[in-house]
Formats: sequence, structure tokens, C-alpha cells
Amino acid sequence: MTKNNQDWPLWEVFIRSKQGLNHKHVGSLRAADSSMAIENARDVYTRRMEGISIWVIPSNLITASDPAEEESMFEPATSKVYRHPTFYDVPDGISHM
Amino acid sequence: MKNIDIKVLEEKFQKKIDQDIKIEPNDWMPDDYRITLIRQISQHAHSEVVGMLPEGNWITRAPNLRRKAVLLAKVQDEAGHGLYLYCAAETLGADREETIDDLHSGKAKYSSIFNYPTLTWADMGAIGWLVDGAAIMNQVPLCRCSYGPYARAMVRVCKEESFHQRQGFEIMTKLSNGSQEQKDMAQDALNRFWWPALMMFGPNDAESKHTAQSMNWKIKRHTNDELRQQFVDVTVPQAEILGLTIPDKDLKWNEKKKGYDFGKINWDEFWQVVGGNGPCNKERVDARRKAKEDGKWVIEAAMAFANKRSAKKSA
Ligand SMILES: [Fe+2]
Ligand SMILES: [Fe+2]
Repeated sequence: MTKNNQDWPLWEVFIRSKQGLNHKHVGSLRAADSSMAIENARDVYTRRMEGISIWVIPSNLITASDPAEEESMFEPATSKVYRHPTFYDVPDGISHM
Repeated sequence: MKNIDIKVLEEKFQKKIDQDIKIEPNDWMPDDYRITLIRQISQHAHSEVVGMLPEGNWITRAPNLRRKAVLLAKVQDEAGHGLYLYCAAETLGADREETIDDLHSGKAKYSSIFNYPTLTWADMGAIGWLVDGAAIMNQVPLCRCSYGPYARAMVRVCKEESFHQRQGFEIMTKLSNGSQEQKDMAQDALNRFWWPALMMFGPNDAESKHTAQSMNWKIKRHTNDELRQQFVDVTVPQAEILGLTIPDKDLKWNEKKKGYDFGKINWDEFWQVVGGNGPCNKERVDARRKAKEDGKWVIEAAMAFANKRSAKKSA
């Protein structure tokens, strides 16, 4: 998107809000390099103790699935109901299962 | 693409909107939806950034360290809001520097409220209370906007805004319970900011050309007049608690509509300010332009440094 290569590249920011939870995407920002991206992410996305760990990755390194292929991509999962426990009949009187 | 294909896509798109399914960056969307959002989000971003100027004006003159720390934190939040919003605009394919240049050339607008000067410390109170209050009223429904990145940015923004309004109201409370001089200062700030705050909701519904389409797309959830009414209804009792008088002779409780009737807004003034002729338009845009020009070497130096370092690493 950037025509001018003087512009700082775009980074995606992921934050772990507390120990035991996954890093979660929170937004993006621009920075000249990865350490500046981490510093900026701290200033922008964790001013209120929203996180204890930050990941940044150049946005152009992310490969995304195509929303137009959503159906063919994810439909097979919805048709396989036997992957869910509710698919199975459990006789009356059985517990702990 | 053939017209017929576009028609099918448009129908699918509107169906998603009607079912409250969010639109995400790579999803197909009508060009007008994209253009409308880029315009609205980038103008919103500009408002956050320009909005730092009237308050920045008082940071060094805050009456004590506590007030100074609070105001600094608030202004820093506004910079963050601008950033969340520029990011959201970028997900639509907008070029950030281009949108900023549109602000500097006068092509892009920002909230007219920031073209009024901040003459006394009480203005920091009035701005937090009224301007952030009105912004909250506008932004809360935007958390349910149909475009995912905009809605998510608004959730973050709204979480941060509530302290902004409270710190303003606290300043107003202190002043209105202070000496006569302080009370007068608070009243004077209310007098100057009341009407511009009402104008923040934009033209009357009958004059607002984008409202119908934006509501259909669920970018907007309430009309300008609905939000303005809501703002008046919650703010008048707050002014009473402060013991201040809203500068509107026609303001009156209307039992039938369970809301306040209020006087006519000076729309000539509104359009003058939007058109660039407000008290501080030139000063605000000049300050932004200067910031970009003066900061250019920093951007370039940081990039040159980063390139040099990565070249060294790969060598
Ligand atoms: Fe803000
Ligand atoms: Fe604010």
C-alpha cells in the first residue's frame, strides 16, 4: 500500500493479557523496526495494564485465508457433527461420561 | 465484473449487515461503503489528533502536579485514539500519509469543536465534561458499527473515554464550589462550549445527506438529532448539580416527550467553522502541518537506521 519507501512499515500487534492466556491480536501500528514496534505497542496498547507480553510481526508477512473461499474452506467442519460429543446417544443411567 | 455479479454481491453484503454479521477487511464490500468508511474513520482520526491541540495548550500551565499528570494522560490517550483509527482506515486500503495530507490541505475535515480556543483553565473542565461527553455519546453506538476494525477500535476508545469525562467534570466541580472568581470562570467556559458541543452531533437530520445510507449500512445507529437530544437530557441535570446555568433561554423540560426542549442552534456559525473560518482553524492546521514537516527528519533517520541495521544483520 505504501508508495513511499520512507514510510515506516506496518506491524501487527499481539498481546498476552496475563500469564496463562494466549497472545491475542489487538491492532497494528507503524514503526521503523521491530524494537521500535515493541516500544510503540507498549505505549499504545498497554497503557492500562492490558498486557504482560507483546509480539509484533510485519503485516506483510501474514498469509490470510480468502474470505471468498470461506464456504469451501470451513464447510467440511460443519458437516462432521460426529466430532462433537452431543452426536452420541448415551443410555440413561450412565454418568461421568 | 458484470453488473449482475455486483448485484448478487451487494445483496449478499446487505443480508450480512441486516443479520448483524460484521464486515471484515478482506470481505467484499460496495465501493461506496468503503469510501464512506474511509472518510468517516479518517476524519474521526484527525479529530482525535487535532483535539490534542486545545488541551495541549494547558499542560504546562495546569494548576498542580495531579492535574498536570491527568491532563497529560488524557492527551496521550487522544493520540492513541487517533492511531487506532488510522489503523482501521488502513485496513480499508487508505494510505495513512495521504489521509494526513488531506487534513493538511484542508480537503479532509475534523470535528469543528476543536477550532475554538481554550482561554482559561476552566476550559479543560468544560472540554472533558462536554466535548468528551458528546464524543462518548457518538462513539458508544459506533462500538456496534458493521465494520469490524472500526467497531473494535471504538470499544477500546470508549473504555478510555470515561475517565476523560470524569476528570473534566471534577475540574468543573472544584471550580463551581470555589471562589466567586472560579465559579465565574466555570460559567464562562460553559457559556462558550455549550453550543459548539451541541453542534458536534452534526447538522439536523433533515440536512444530513449521509444519514439514511449510513443507517442502512449500520455504520450509524442513531440520527444526529437523536444523539443531540440524548446529550442534552443527560447533561442538563449535571449542570444543575454544578450550580451552573446552561446558556439557553429556551431550555425547558417537556413532560410529554420526557426530554428537554432547547433553543435553535446557530447553523451559520457551524458552517462557517466547518468551512475553515472558525476562530482557530488556521492555527490548528498550521500546527499539524508544522509537526509533520519538523518531524520528517526523525522518520527518515529512524528508517535509515533500521535499514542499515538489517543490512548489517544479513551481511
Ligand atoms: Fe478520544
Ligand atoms: Fe477523550
